[in-house]
Amino acid sequence: MSVKLTTRQVGDVTVIDAAGRITLGEGSSTFRDTIKDMTGKGQKKILLNLADVSYIDSSGIGELVSGFTTVSNAGGSLKLLNLTKRIHDLLQITKLYTIFEVFDDEAKGLASFN
Amino acid sequence: MNSADNPVVVSVDQYLESNLENVDASEERAVRLARETGFSEDDCYQLGYAVREALVNAIVHGNRYSANKRVHFKLSRTSESIHVLIEDEGNGFLPGDQADPLAQENLLSQSGRGIMIIRAFVDEFVIEKTASGGTRVAMKKTLPPGT
Repeated sequence: MSVKLTTRQVGDVTVIDAAGRITLGEGSSTFRDTIKDMTGKGQKKILLNLADVSYIDSSGIGELVSGFTTVSNAGGSLKLLNLTKRIHDLLQITKLYTIFEVFDDEAKGLASFN
Repeated sequence: MNSADNPVVVSVDQYLESNLENVDASEERAVRLARETGFSEDDCYQLGYAVREALVNAIVHGNRYSANKRVHFKLSRTSESIHVLIEDEGNGFLPGDQADPLAQENLLSQSGRGIMIIRAFVDEFVIEKTASGGTRVAMKKTLPPGT
């Protein structure tokens, strides 16, 4: 299964609920296109919920970083919510834990934008 | 224990076409073999992850999806370890050719993290250029003591 992205608006924050696998090919391009579409529409406060992402390869990690850069360059911020242990470990190995703001609680993640 | 006591059994020895469709199946075979050997689910995941990353490197960066080039994929096991060999027909690549993905100035790079993750997920990792100019990756994951 490739990744499925569902978006919902909570105040001025866009929450992306991701599910499935973010790997080289369709999964990573779907994520990239969604982020570009959002920043094009002026949605610059993005909380990415990874609770149901079962797998992310190094290409998918690269897409997370690219999304972070795209949103930051547009004057906004992309933050992460509900990392699985495996994704948490990958962000530690790659030192990306120092780049991303990460939340385990959606309310706290939403509040951090204001 | 010498090799006569713990023989190496070859499970997979294939020459794959250079397309990504082969990656999922190869990863699954590695995970299945790890499971049969007695690895934990986390270790199976890590071995599968390492196989995926190395195969993608071979197909995308080594053979550049060429229909005329193959990737040699070999999986073997002993009673306590899994051995993986992945060899492409590209132009050769060594990690020293690559910028350090953990350097502060490279943290926001979109690519370049695969080999670092492989190193974290297997117990032995060797990458070298082949006599014909491609890249050979050899990996080993060993069962934890007492397993």
